[in-house]
Amino acid sequence: MRERRSGWTVAMLWAAVLAALVLSLCVGRYAVPPGTVARVLLARFLPITPDWDPTVETVVWQVRLPRALAGALVGASLAAGGAVFQGLFHNPLVSPYVLGVSSGAGFGAAVAILLGAGAILTQASAFAMGAVAVLLTMLIARSGRDGSQVTLVLAGFVVGSLFSSLISGAQYVADPATKLPQIVFWLMGSLAAVQWGDLGRAAIVTVPCLAAVMALRWKLNVLSMGDDEARSLGENPPAMRLLLIGLTTMATAVSVSLAGVIGWVGLVVPHMGRWLVGPDARRLVPASMAAGALAMMLIDDVARTLLAAEIPLGILTGIIGAPVFAVLLQRRRSGWE
Amino acid sequence: MDVPLVDIQDLGFSYGEAVVLHDVGMQVRQGQVFAIVGPNAAGKTTLLRCLERVLRPTRGVVRIDGRDTRVLSARELSRNVAAVPQAHAPVFPYTVEEVVLMGRNPRVNVGSVPGPADVEKAREALAALGMLEMAQRPYTQLSGGQLQLVLLARALAQEARVLLLDEPTAHLDFRNRYVVLDRIRQLATGRALAAVMTVHDPNDAMQYADRVGLLGDGGLVAAGTAQEVLTAERLEELYQMPIEVLTDGSRRVIVAGSRT
Repeated sequence: MRERRSGWTVAMLWAAVLAALVLSLCVGRYAVPPGTVARVLLARFLPITPDWDPTVETVVWQVRLPRALAGALVGASLAAGGAVFQGLFHNPLVSPYVLGVSSGAGFGAAVAILLGAGAILTQASAFAMGAVAVLLTMLIARSGRDGSQVTLVLAGFVVGSLFSSLISGAQYVADPATKLPQIVFWLMGSLAAVQWGDLGRAAIVTVPCLAAVMALRWKLNVLSMGDDEARSLGENPPAMRLLLIGLTTMATAVSVSLAGVIGWVGLVVPHMGRWLVGPDARRLVPASMAAGALAMMLIDDVARTLLAAEIPLGILTGIIGAPVFAVLLQRRRSGWE
Repeated sequence: MDVPLVDIQDLGFSYGEAVVLHDVGMQVRQGQVFAIVGPNAAGKTTLLRCLERVLRPTRGVVRIDGRDTRVLSARELSRNVAAVPQAHAPVFPYTVEEVVLMGRNPRVNVGSVPGPADVEKAREALAALGMLEMAQRPYTQLSGGQLQLVLLARALAQEARVLLLDEPTAHLDFRNRYVVLDRIRQLATGRALAAVMTVHDPNDAMQYADRVGLLGDGGLVAAGTAQEVLTAERLEELYQMPIEVLTDGSRRVIVAGSRT
């Protein structure tokens, strides 16, 4: 009964993702009607004679489509990461950034920008340092006495603080006329510069990671029963946890290196997902992915249409995410006891 | 004579230097309820956790259906041994059915989700415990007795032949205690399971167990039928207090303190 209804909700969410994708291709300072958008896309695969301005083709195919798809990918990754982490850590306040990946990636990007590296190198550096930060967190947590999840979250906090300080240091020495604005802009998150190549490099990693998380999502239910019970249900909790953390962290690190540090999505969207379809990961994970993709695309549409200048995504997600979270908490519908 | 479902030989467990269990040997056959009775810190829970292999025994062998548990994989073991935990702190408000479905985990392929056949098994298990009408309720809203029955249903859905219960009546009121123990008794007989449970109150063992093991200071003091093992003398020595066993002919009741 509830399952069938929730199954519908998940399907509706994915339909909404498609609708948001089309919308994202239409809106902007150069508005394109949906019919034209459809023909521009179909002309890639079918013999349709173009009756539109070549600018339209560039705007839809070269600018908006990769950007919208990147938004969907980043949103889905962050939301799935949040759903997985909140389930694994039994903690409603963790996001996929909790192990320090965002601070590490931010530092990596800042250093690359300081050294005058291009977009690809900046992404690579962000990803590498994000991974280093998470590995450092794991190492510190492992050396801790009890090896519990609390230790892991605390270690993530320590490493995150360390890299935040290093980011401040990088900003302090950056040239305030040229490099500093670049670093600050990167840290606030943006999809403005995304091109097909960037999207492709990100998708090669995130899509398989997300597919694997989808395949393993049932295990989240079992692990949420606690280690002893999960073990007596035939699971190997430390190994399965490590696998799930690895997959989601990888997707998160790639997302951050592609789009910068976008807060709140990974924290709030899983709560919305729980409110919509309940706590069962079989539906929560796909629902969170869809809701994350949907939210990210819509927020990015706002970011590039609201004002003449682009608004950094991190600012918008914060402005929208905080009140949404407050409402969810107030209604006690976030799916936590 | 058939192979006992649970066969424990010379079992020992130590945390470093501290010996928790030593020289424990016992057998449980199908259809039997085996109660482990003993004071706090006698090692009852540790013994169960060794059977479940959550703890690795430092000495001895545990055989389930003739197979040494040390060579079984976690999945294989959990298809043969199901455990009902004593304290369960719910985090997410899963429905009752979703919780029971988790018992199917050892039989669901990795990288897959439970299918309709698994849902059927889960509902069957709930029906066997009279909990089917609760299937769609959040399990966080259940009473202690209902929660215990749901966790028992989850263990049934595992389709294991050995059932381990750690103080199944610990948080239950007078009636629910009877309901839960009665269901365990029925399941053991009806489904030819071997149920091993720890109990605080020797009366639970007296009334519901076929076999009783008295555990004191990590060692098995006595094992046998309830009437053989649960005598006033043994219990007095075990609990270090005056104890009497009253009888009305067919039933026996253990009471603390002596008549004055």
